[in-house]
Parts: sequence; C-alpha cells; structure tokens
Amino acid sequence: MIREEKTTFIENVSRRNFLQGMLSAGAFVLCVRTSPLLAKAARNRAPSLATVDAAAFHPGVYLGINPDGTVFIVAHRTEMGNGVRTSLPRIVADELDADWTRVTVIQGDGDEKYGSQDTDGSHSVREFFEPLREAGATARLMLVRAAAQQWGVPEAQCVADPPHAVSHKSSNRQLGYGELAALAAKQPIPKKEELKLKSRQQWRYIGKPAPGYDLANICSGKSVFGMDVRVDGMLYAAVAHPPVLGGKVKAVDDSATLKVRGVRQTIPIDPFKPPHAFQPLGGVAVIADNTWSAFKGRKQLKIDWDNGANSGYNSADYKKQLQETARQPGKAVHSWGDADAGFSKGGKVMEAEYFAPHLAHASMEPPAAVADVRGDKVTVWSPTQNPVGLREEVAKALGLKKEDVICHVTFLGGGFGRKSKPDYAVEAAVLSKKTGKPVKVVWSREDDIKFDYYHSVAAMYIKAAVDASGKPTAWLQRSVFPPISSTFDKDAVYGSAGEMSLGWDVIPFDVANFRAENGPAAAHVRIGWLRSVANIYHAFAVQSFANELAHAANRDPYDYLLEMIGPARVVEGPKGEDDELSRKYPYETARLRHVAELAATKANWGKKKPGNGWGMGIAVHRSFLTYVATVVEVEVDGQGTVRIPNVYTALDAGIVANPDMVQSQFQGAAVFGTSLARTGEITATNGAIDQSNFFDYQVARINNAPAHVDVQIVESDAPPAGVGEPGVPPFAPALCNAIYAATGKRVRELPLTRNGFA
Amino acid sequence: MVHFKVNGQARTFDGDPEMPLLWYLRDILGLTGTKFGCGMALCGACTVLENGKAVRSCSTQMSKVEGADITTIEGISARGPHPVQKAWEQINVPQCGYCQTGQIMQAVSLLASKPHPSDADIDDQMSGNICRCGTYQRIRAAIHQAAKETA
Repeated sequence: MIREEKTTFIENVSRRNFLQGMLSAGAFVLCVRTSPLLAKAARNRAPSLATVDAAAFHPGVYLGINPDGTVFIVAHRTEMGNGVRTSLPRIVADELDADWTRVTVIQGDGDEKYGSQDTDGSHSVREFFEPLREAGATARLMLVRAAAQQWGVPEAQCVADPPHAVSHKSSNRQLGYGELAALAAKQPIPKKEELKLKSRQQWRYIGKPAPGYDLANICSGKSVFGMDVRVDGMLYAAVAHPPVLGGKVKAVDDSATLKVRGVRQTIPIDPFKPPHAFQPLGGVAVIADNTWSAFKGRKQLKIDWDNGANSGYNSADYKKQLQETARQPGKAVHSWGDADAGFSKGGKVMEAEYFAPHLAHASMEPPAAVADVRGDKVTVWSPTQNPVGLREEVAKALGLKKEDVICHVTFLGGGFGRKSKPDYAVEAAVLSKKTGKPVKVVWSREDDIKFDYYHSVAAMYIKAAVDASGKPTAWLQRSVFPPISSTFDKDAVYGSAGEMSLGWDVIPFDVANFRAENGPAAAHVRIGWLRSVANIYHAFAVQSFANELAHAANRDPYDYLLEMIGPARVVEGPKGEDDELSRKYPYETARLRHVAELAATKANWGKKKPGNGWGMGIAVHRSFLTYVATVVEVEVDGQGTVRIPNVYTALDAGIVANPDMVQSQFQGAAVFGTSLARTGEITATNGAIDQSNFFDYQVARINNAPAHVDVQIVESDAPPAGVGEPGVPPFAPALCNAIYAATGKRVRELPLTRNGFA
Repeated sequence: MVHFKVNGQARTFDGDPEMPLLWYLRDILGLTGTKFGCGMALCGACTVLENGKAVRSCSTQMSKVEGADITTIEGISARGPHPVQKAWEQINVPQCGYCQTGQIMQAVSLLASKPHPSDADIDDQMSGNICRCGTYQRIRAAIHQAAKETA
C-alpha cells in the first residue's frame, strides 16, 4: 500500500537548533530522512491508505545524545495503545547499542520532516523498521569513529560494547556515549554502504518483549491525553451538531443557555461545504468556564434544524437497497479463470448473502482538542492520528498557511481510525479565533457516537459451484457498501481499489475460476475507516461461506479449510500500484496454512464433538500483510447467551519489534471483535443516528469478553508486517462458525443480537 | 457551601450543586488522572474512591459530597506506586491507558472488600469498567497478582 523504494538521508544537525531546550551544548544530533525514489500519491485508494502514501514523504526521526549520556529519540507517530512510543525507539536503540534505561522518548509534533505520521493502516514498524535501524547504526558508527580518533587507534579495534559506550579492548579503554557526543558530532555522516546492521542474533531489543515506555505514567494518571490538556485562560466548548449530516441551523434560541451559570456565549459554526471531508459539521457552540457548564448550557439550546437531503436515510430501507444491489451484476474487481464458464458447467450451486451494519469507533476518550489562535498563528494540542492533516485542515478553515499551525500530539485514549479525522480540532480553532482565547472543545459520548465517521454498512453476496467432493470449482463474490471515498467526493459510490484490497479482490482458496465484484452505494452519513476497515465485513462473508461449504460437504471445517487453501503458492492480486509491495510481501498460502495449523493444534481442534451448546469455529485472513488464524470456542445456553471461554490466535507478521505488545494487540483484537460481532450496530432513522452511549451501543466488558486469548507468534525472518488491525477480521466469522457448530444456527447478519443471541 | 476532602486535603465548593464531581476534579482542581468516558456511569473511566469505596464521579453531584473523603488516582500514587499499580506495571496491562486509572481505582476498591477475589468476583466487580483496547485478560491477571502481593 506504500511505495517501498526509498533513499535514506542522514544529516548531522548537531549545530542546528533542533529540539531546543532538550539539548545541552555539545550534544550530538542526527536527523534521518527517507525520501521515496518515486514520490507519487496513490490513486484510487481508500484515503486512509492514500494519506499514508502522500507525496510529501520525508520520513525521519531525530536521535541525539547529550554529553550527560542521555539518548533522546523522537517518536514521530501516534501512541494510542499500539505501543509505537516503545517499539519504534527500541529499534533505534538496538542498532545504536544504547542502554534503554538511558533513553528519553520525545513525541514529535506534526511535521512533514518526520515523514508519514498518519498512524493508521498498521504500518508504523513496517514502514520505519529499516530507516530507524539505519539511524541507530549511523550514530553508532560515528561514535565508534569518534572514539578511534580520540585514542588514535584503528576504527576496527573499537566496539560499541558494553551498551552505551565504545571500548578498545586491547588497551582496556572505554568512553561513554555522553563523553563521545561532542566528538561524534564532528564526524562526517557515513555512507549507507559503510553501515553494518546487526544480525538477528545480535539484537538486544528487537523481537524481545518489553513493557510500555509510558507504563508508570499511565498507571499513575500522569500521561496527558487530549482531554487532559489545560492552557492558561482556556475556555471550554460543547457543540450542538446538526442531527442529520448536512443539516443547518434555521433558528436558535439561546436565552435559557445564557442563564446557565458559567456559560459565556454561544457561537454559530458554519455548515461544511460538500464534500464534508474533515470539516466541522456546523451547529452552535456553547462557550463556558468549564466543561460541565458547556454541556449544561448546550442542553438548554432550542434549535430549529433544517435537516436537508439526508433526512430520508433509514437503515432498514437502506439495507434492502444494498442487498438488492448485491444480487445484480457489479463492477469487476479482479478475477482468474473464468467464473461464468465455471458456473455454466452445471453441478451444485451454493449461494449466500451476508450483511454487516455501520459501526462507531467509541474510543474511550471522546474527541477533544485545545486550540489557541493568536493573530495568524495557531497552536493546537490534540489527540490525533493525523497531525499534518490536522494542520492542513485548521489552516484551510482559518484562511492560513499550514506553516502557521503547530500541532502538539498528545496521548490518545484510543483512536481506531476516528482520530485520523481532525474535524473536532478544527472546531476548537474556529472557536478560539472567534473568542480570542484558547478553547478546549470536548465531545460527549453522545457526540462521539452520533457524529462519527462510521465504519461502512455492507451487503455481500457469494455464489460457488461445487464438484461431487464438495470442493468449489467456480466462485463469484459481490460486495456493496457506501465507500470511504464518499467522505472526499460526494458522488463516489464504488469501493476504491484500496477497500477492495482489504479482503475482497482475492481469496486464498484453490478455486480455478474466481471473480470479485463491487456494486454502487451512496453514503448518507460520514464514512470513515475503523480498525481493519473493509476486512471486517469481507472476512465475515468469505470465511462464513467457506464454513458453509464445509458443512454442506459434510466435512470437518478445519480440514476443509486447509484443503481450500490448497498447495503452497502465491496468490496474485490485481496489477497496479502495489506491485512493489507485492514483490516484497507476496501473498503466500503456505504461511496462511501454517497459522491455521498452529491455531487449530493449540485449540485441540477436533478432540471434542461439537453440539449441545458447545462448539469451535475457525477463520483465516490475511490483512495488512499479516497472516492470522483464529479459533473461537463458545458455550451457548438455552437463552442464546454466548460465552467465549477461549480464543486461539496464531499470526505471522514477519519480524515483530515487541512480542509482548503484539500479544496485547491480538488479545485486544479479540475483544474488539467480540464487541462488533455481538452487539455492534449503528442505525439511522430519518437521517439521525439512533444510538447514543454505552447502553445502546454496547461494547464488550470483562464479564462477556473472551476469558482467555492465546496468541502464538510465528518466528519469521520475513519483513515486518502490520499488527494493530489484523487480529480483528477473522474473529467475527470464527465466532459465528463456532455458534453454528454449537447450535446449528447460521449467522449471516451481524451483530449476534439480530439473531436471537446475546 | 459543600465541605469535603480530596486526597486528604480539605476543600469547599459553592458552585453549581449539580456539577458532577468529575468536572470539579478535572476542570477546577486540575486532577486530570480521573477520566471522562460516558457521563452516565456506564464505563467507569471516572472512578474515584468515596470513603474508600469506588464511585462514578461523572454521576456524583457536588451537592452529594458533603463530608466525603474523596481519593483520586493522584491520591493513591502520592507515596510511590500502590500494590495495584505495581501489579498493573508487572503485567504490562495498559494499551492506550485512558481507562486504566478508573480500572485501578475499581480494583483498589475491590481488593479492599475482597482481598482474594475469584475470577467471578472480578467479573462482577470490574464489569462496570470498559476497556475498548481490550486489556481485560491482563486486568484479571493483575488483580490476582496484586492480591498475592498484598497477602
């Protein structure tokens, strides 16, 4: 999904004013940048991926050493539970041979000089593994050369050992990195060919489990999330948003609001100009001395809304439309063999329809941001996955240049894709400009759920011709959903190539004739990307259907799945801009089969007869270049209450930076999967979202989440792939397949609550 | 005028009596370790101790804290990490961390009333605290660990 060809530039910036205040005189500072050989924005991509591929592409990170021996490393990507403030700096520290306890991690502001900061698409380690290793190795070599020069000995006799020091073993001399910093700063930058990266056996930190860098601060409440930012003289704002997308204020009566203690004023926010993109929704803001007064004042507003064209959006009708579209021929996405010819040969034909609703992100921290506009300069503090995009959007809204906007990235109380969209930070900036004071915009949980960029609702249709043994000989699949691109192009109705690549343009099955199609659907709410994106509904359909075929053939679903995966080969996707990525990360069925075997073996698959309310289900899926198999065990009681005692997941993500963090991501993905599969559903009535808080948009709790999630990580030398998202897609189909094994009831529509389960 | 204590310090409040304790702690005192998640006592992110027992500060009006002794995450951290915090660190529980201060306060309250909780006790007492990152398995392990350490 990104161009992998890059050139790395490392600059010695010791004498420049980088990171002022962090550095003492005599510090040694390297700036590392990588530039793509072919800077080209991807076209026809889901914007989440397109922004990843943005043309202005100068990834970089600062690494510096103070004379006191402190090593500082800039974490340029967003921490939201993904562990990047630990995993990325540890990659640098490893090649640097730094003592991790003497490393200080600094959060980078939003700045192109760091390269892509869009923390979505599960690519932080994948994209930065090599540049960060080179950065560490460059600094190490310069320190070694500084020591060699100091001692007047050949460079080859000096080694970075013990960590954080260079030694000359034969003369028993040693200098610490701090002592060498000033001299290292005077060394020329070594060429890339001079660097010697460590072998896997030499790694100190990469691939070794490590606790989070911020652990102690998080556990004591000291970490500053966006919601926690406080600025002198700051006012608080709550915004009454139009209940329907594109709605406008006809008339507002704020007389009761202005009587609420602590309320200062109300301010209208202009409606967006289509397409809505990342613009504020518009509405009326209540400005107050504290959050509570702003909320209370907002409740007293009497607003007459013009709900506009989307007020005809009703989820029940829309579902019928999507399903009807999915039954009609669609636009071809990818194919091999000849599916039509395959079907024309006759034989048994199986078909099924699947449906999955809109989802909301519901990160624990609702959107919030503080903005301080002073003249034509703006400072924003925000929990954002997209700090450069935030600067662009704020600048656009205020008629300024991006360079006039500073974005400080706070901790994120969850993101899952919601906080890639900076609409709430733009609200803060607009209100700060109008009040002349710093303003914190606080979204309530109701705002968060009613005004999200929703994960798309989707209808899928799959048809297969099966031979006498029950094996498919032809396969046709169609998906229909309002696409993410509708957020940026109001006329967009087809899924982008990026969305199709998320589990739809290929299947990993050994089927001679295959065609994937996509049908049109117009959006009536803001559509955005949510953890693993279109993979959620695509994997649900494909992996449920594979299970249906297994049962129709009277086969064990696991054995059948392995047979469907078939012989070891590379699955070829559509030709296009991902070709280089496909070369580096070919879709290898052997790796998919391997994780299926690992998960099934650990789960003791096949040892116990399913039925009578007990069962196991399996699903496999590759997303974000990572291979995952998940086995879910369920117990279903007479009331349809589903208990999940165990989940067994195996994954092959290539080299992993921090296995403990990967364990966490996959444990969490099973819980995220439980939430969406069991109760996750956003619906609209007359254009307004029906759900509002955790009572009607329920998420998994400790007493109904999987009790135990076993995670096996394949040890691999393959290049690093994604880990934040790939655990999610196989979960729902594995769960529904388990429910079928336990009860004989097939779930073709999510969530479970639509099927008499709870 | 309401009189009460926060982390051992005497406080008075004469603002809007309907203001939830949460916003007093966060906006007036600047104790931002207590988090806002739902405003309806549905998620537990705002959990603090009132006279040693877990309460949801988002749904506790200031008019109701007369005479109360309120402890926040900052209060339990004042003299180095509490055994529950130590267990959280040993198990490396947090992902994003936003809900964890509320989880920790709820666990402190649980262990005060049940020093050796079973899995069922933990499910029962911790089910009001949502973690969207899904750290429940580690939360359960950390509570058992803290129970062991304080035994």
